[in-house]
Amino acid sequence: MHPTSARLLNILVPIKRTIDYAVKIRVNPQNTGVDTNVKHSMNPFDEIAVEEAIRQRERNKDAIKSIKVVSIGPPKASEVIRSALAMGADSGIHVEYPDSAPSPEPLAIAKTLKAIIEREAKEKNAPIDLVILGKQAIDDDAGQTGQMLAGLLGWGQATYASKVELDASGKSANVTTEIDGGSQQLKGQLPMVITTDLRLNEPRYASLPNIMKAKKKPVEKLSPSDLGIDLTPLLETIRISEPAKRQAGAKVETVEELVAKLKEAGFKAA
Amino acid sequence: MAPLPPTRLRAIALYKELHRLGRDYPNPGYDFHGKLRRMFERNKNLTDPAEIQRAFDLGEFIKKETLALYSLSKYRALKRMYPEEQSNS
Repeated sequence: MHPTSARLLNILVPIKRTIDYAVKIRVNPQNTGVDTNVKHSMNPFDEIAVEEAIRQRERNKDAIKSIKVVSIGPPKASEVIRSALAMGADSGIHVEYPDSAPSPEPLAIAKTLKAIIEREAKEKNAPIDLVILGKQAIDDDAGQTGQMLAGLLGWGQATYASKVELDASGKSANVTTEIDGGSQQLKGQLPMVITTDLRLNEPRYASLPNIMKAKKKPVEKLSPSDLGIDLTPLLETIRISEPAKRQAGAKVETVEELVAKLKEAGFKAA
Repeated sequence: MAPLPPTRLRAIALYKELHRLGRDYPNPGYDFHGKLRRMFERNKNLTDPAEIQRAFDLGEFIKKETLALYSLSKYRALKRMYPEEQSNS
């Protein structure tokens, strides 16, 4: 498929608009979901992914042709696309679904991304060589999208990356990933999927001139039906409830009182 | 009339940058924009180039510190959300 000569790489970075990390999550009174009428921002792990794509380009300027961000979300997801463009990505795709639609599941997202990648290769003649995405979103915490996407595409995957080194020829990548109790080094051929962990890098804060420039960068709008995708969730959420409230403690004045309380609670001297 | 001195533009640019940064300040009780405005107002009559430079340096310093504060608070929030699993062996 790919020409054998060294070719410039195209990077795709899928991002998600989530409730801001600093916001305290509240369950709505109907117990059907959480209050979404709060500040939103880009999923922090996706920010790390955007930053990594930009750093890769800064490191080897000639190897990377384009960095494209894609977000699948309600109309307001265009805000996070703009903030990724302000950080330094080149162009964006917004797959838009209406505000009222339920939030799609990782499998549907992975299928959408696959459709986008196929479309880029066929229609734009810009095949994607590397997909960098956050390991999970801080709202659903599913942590599945990257793995599912790699499975659907039949590409290699390096999950929970803490270091990414692209080969100078642009054919392979060395990735250090975090595993239980240590790290492992993976070497894989491009194209591949990389999911980012927290320690990969520290995302930059977009400067004001770059924010202004980002307003002029191209963002393509698509609907799921354009890609032939149905985003309807397969699972039904029955009920969402807050964790049980922690019971308040009490102060004891004397040792005797403490002993009496402990006895009351069922503790016995050993 | 002489063209506007570049320090004026520099001051405006710095003010805009800091103002945008202040929008994201994590603690809503901290009057970032008010303090920002008062600090700029206090320095509006400076004429000594050395003093003006010192004020600019302070502004740049505050910008860097605020950025560091944001990235640190985000990193910490995520660390807290996803603590490393304790090994019980």
